[in-house]
Amino acid sequence: MNRFLRDSGHLARPALVLVAGLAVFLVVRGAVIPKNFGKYGHYRPAALDLIRQHPAAFAGQDQCLACHDEQAKTRASGKHAHVACEACHGPQAPHAADFVNVKPALPDVAALCARCHENDAAKPKNFPQVVTAEHSGGVVCNTCHQPHNPHL
Amino acid sequence: MEMTRRDLLSQCSKLLVLTATAARALEQAGNAPAPGDTYHMADHWWGMIIDIDKCIGCGNCVRACSQENQVPAGYFRTWVERYQVTEDRDHPLVESPDGAINGFPPTTRPGVKSFFVPKLCNHCADSPCTQVCPVGATFISPDGVVLIDPEYCLGCRYCIQACPYGCRYYHPEKDIADKCTLCYHRITKGLTTACCEACPTGARQLVDLKNPKDPVHAFLRDHKVQVLKPQMATGAKIFYNDLDGSVR
Ligand code: HEC
Ligand code: HEC
Ligand code: HEC
Ligand code: HEC
Repeated sequence: MNRFLRDSGHLARPALVLVAGLAVFLVVRGAVIPKNFGKYGHYRPAALDLIRQHPAAFAGQDQCLACHDEQAKTRASGKHAHVACEACHGPQAPHAADFVNVKPALPDVAALCARCHENDAAKPKNFPQVVTAEHSGGVVCNTCHQPHNPHL
Repeated sequence: MEMTRRDLLSQCSKLLVLTATAARALEQAGNAPAPGDTYHMADHWWGMIIDIDKCIGCGNCVRACSQENQVPAGYFRTWVERYQVTEDRDHPLVESPDGAINGFPPTTRPGVKSFFVPKLCNHCADSPCTQVCPVGATFISPDGVVLIDPEYCLGCRYCIQACPYGCRYYHPEKDIADKCTLCYHRITKGLTTACCEACPTGARQLVDLKNPKDPVHAFLRDHKVQVLKPQMATGAKIFYNDLDGSVR
């Protein structure tokens, strides 16, 4: 027995180093790897919640319709029925959340209409297009067309 | 104690049922959503349909994306390209002035086959970008959206190189890789993406491939759709209707 201990003494020290090394590794590993890492896959599940917290700038059609009956009705009866309010008015979530203090700026009609309706060979043939310079004679579009229902 | 083979089997099967139930209960408890949150990741598999026949190149999607996600000026999570294809099909003229954030000037070559191609992250089911991330900062969520963990990304740019579609960029202020999130903060709240909300013609449509009531199933049945670079086998989930062969 004694002889065995004496002969294997040189093994005890490396074993000690090994165990200590393993302990350090486990401690560091525990400290470095984020909580729940790998729950759904090779990533931090907390990232999903983090990304979901981003605030929305576009409120969405349904919210506008809840308050703006008049424009909703006008639009529904015309060719812009499927153009969302915020496609022309831009992101209005702050206004929808607090309409008393946040009043949206009205769109710049000249640039707005042309962006969609300016004639271009690359546009689908069945989309209504005009060469704005010739068509309007320099007058802003909404002197003749009503933006919410553009039919004359 | 005397134990017959019959006893042993019956005991074992009881044990098996018990463990399975316990495991199931544990799993349920672990995946329980936050109170008040009715969104279940397992019930969705997001993608998008892009109908080339409807795109008018107005750039509404690019502007909306930029406003919704505070994309730094000069960088794009989505952009629109205008193709002009002559007889030399291998070398179409492709333009995207400023990502088409203000639309396009009229075509320079009328009479040539031309069309618009909106592009964005393809949210690949087998995405090359997530495979190369050394730290697990980019990943595919359980509902099929390729995302970047902004707090965990090192900014090594491997993923930017790996994306075959050029959909990622290096964020100049945050010093991390950045890209389309398919408006994950919106779609998990029942809203559509900012680009789809702002699209006037319905050329872009967010789809949930796991929802049996989604019109996408009828659309995919009735139309001849294509994904970009199918030869890369990325499992792209942005489906293009009537895509010309010249599009890269
Ligand atoms: C909670 C109700 C509410 C919601 C939701 C709402 N609005 Fe309004 N909005 C108002 C009211 C009230 C006014 C009139 C404010 C005033 O004149 O001071 C107004 C005014 C406006 C104006 C006109 C500003 C002007 O100069 O005349 C626009 C444009 C507008 N809203 C667009 C929108 C859009 C787009 C949405 C959808 C995102 C929306 N609103 C959602 C209540 C709402
Ligand atoms: C095709 C683009 C377009 C769409 C779609 C659109 N608007 Fe407008 N809207 C305009 C323009 C342009 C003006 C400014 C008209 C002016 O300056 O005289 C305007 C004005 C308004 C105003 C100010 C009062 C008025 O009637 O002039 C309100 C309120 C408004 N819009 C709400 C809405 C709501 C709500 C929707 C969605 C149902 C909507 N708009 C959809 C282009 C649009
Ligand atoms: C965001 C894009 C967009 C903007 C901005 C826009 N429109 Fe339209 N417009 C459309 C769409 C989409 C249609 C429906 C086309 C269809 O039915 O195929 C349409 C239809 C029309 C039509 C009907 C054409 C027909 O076939 O009878 C007129 C007129 C029109 N718009 C004028 C305007 C005017 C004027 C403005 C500026 C106030 C404007 N549009 C702004 C997208 C837009
Ligand atoms: C002087 C009045 C006037 C002005 C200003 C005007 N339009 Fe028109 N627009 C018309 C008339 C008239 C029609 C033909 C009747 C109709 O289709 O409703 C028309 C038709 C259209 C059509 C449908 C064309 C088609 O092929 O079906 C579009 C799109 C259009 N206008 C866009 C615009 C835009 C964009 C502007 C601003 C740059 C504008 N209009 C300014 C009078 C005008």
